[in-house]
Order: sequence, then C-alpha cells, then structure tokens
Amino acid sequence: VNVPTTVWVDEAGRIVRPNDVGFGTDTFRHLTGIDSGRYLGVLQAWVRGDAPAPDADRIRARQALPTPADQQARAEFALGAWLYERGRAAAAARHFERAGELAPHDFTIRRGSMPMRGIDPMGPEFRAMFRAWTEAGRPYYRPLPD
Amino acid sequence: MEATFTLLDEGRAVQVSARIVGARIELAPEVVTGLLAPAPDRPPPAGMVELGELASGLNRPLALDLDERVAYLGTPADARGRRLASLEAPDFALPDLGGRIHTLARQRGKKVLLVAWASW
Repeated sequence: VNVPTTVWVDEAGRIVRPNDVGFGTDTFRHLTGIDSGRYLGVLQAWVRGDAPAPDADRIRARQALPTPADQQARAEFALGAWLYERGRAAAAARHFERAGELAPHDFTIRRGSMPMRGIDPMGPEFRAMFRAWTEAGRPYYRPLPD
Repeated sequence: MEATFTLLDEGRAVQVSARIVGARIELAPEVVTGLLAPAPDRPPPAGMVELGELASGLNRPLALDLDERVAYLGTPADARGRRLASLEAPDFALPDLGGRIHTLARQRGKKVLLVAWASW
C-alpha cells in the first residue's frame, strides 16, 4: 500500500510486471523488513534477457483491478485536488476524507492527501493509521511473487 | 435556480449552465450531448437530465460538491479494469527537475522501469 512501487514496460509499450513493491536499496530495510536484493535480481534478469517476462495471463492474474468503490474514491480524490488547487481547502478536505473512507486500503489517497489537509504525512496521524493497518494483520508492503 | 456549474469529465473542466433544484443538478439535453462522446446506441435525451441519474446511467462514479458548484465524473471500474487487462501502458508526459518534458512513448524500443516514489 506504500511507495516505492514499480511497473515494468517492455520495448513494445506492454506492461510485463504490474504494480509491485520495488526497493532499489536497503535504506529502509530496518522498517520494512524487505531486502532489495531479491527484487533487483529479478529486475536484472529481465533487463539482461536472462529471464523472459511472464505470459499475459500470469501478468493479469497479478493485477489488482479496481472496484466501483475504488473508482468512486478516485473521483472524490480528484475533485478534492481540483478544489485544493483553487484555494478551497475546506471543501477539498471533505472529499479527501470521503475518498479515504471509500478506499481505506489506498494509502496513496489517505496519506497522499495529508499535506493538502494540513497534516504532516510523517506525523502522528500517519503513524496511527499505519499502526491500525498493520495491527489488523494487513501487510504494509506486499511484493509480488517472482 | 439557474447557475453555472463546472463538470470535470475525467479531469477536463467544462462550464455548463445548470438548473439546481434542491440537491438535483439538472442539465439541458444539448449540454449532455455536448459533454459525452457520441454513442450510437444511446439516443439524445428528450428533456432535462439530472446529473446523478446521468452518471448512474453511464455507470460512472460521480463526486459532487453542490456548495462549490462542481462535480467530477470519473472512470467506471469495468472500463479501468479493461484498460489494465489490455496490458498496454498508457502514455503520459511529465517534466523532469529541469522542466524538460518526457513521455513514455519516446521510450518505445527500450525496456522501461517506472518507479513511483514520494518526497513527503
């Protein structure tokens, strides 16, 4: 649910690895528990041509397709951003909050809107959100299988 | 009450004249026809069209702010799902730190690693 995420696109403009967790270094390993080596290994194998990209059906099986609630959340977020850019911060906040309610798993929406709501995205509200998420047994990072 | 209303059609802003009756946003047929891509199987509306009913009929998410006189018509989940399932990477244009615009299409012929990050 958090960045960094990556997408691989081949020479023909086709997605061959959908949105995935992809750390390029181990800077945050003490927080995430994720070693960058595994990801960099499969990335290098693809770039060098040592490993073919998976077939289309396997790629599609790894995609997270949006629900109607996800799309409603995106519409609310987009409206909030449009209002915020026009100085209508209070009105924008209503739509950011609604978007977060509709897509509680979407930290791009929930955390990404914090600066536009005057909230520190590294501060106590984020930490409380993070704790609630992880203490419910939900992973903050969900790398795709190789 | 007649009022100018802003419709954001997947981000494209269109100013329209609307009739606001309570929580209903009513649009004239010519406004609706001008807004939406032609659909051969969809006859033009005969009378005023309520925005929420229009969005519902098109299966499109609608985010509405009546006080601000603005609404956002988004992409239906099934349409977005079909786009994703096509595996075609949609083109985009973004500036680098020097203001130079880069598009995904310009990278055709190379393998591309797209990384989403946040500066916070």
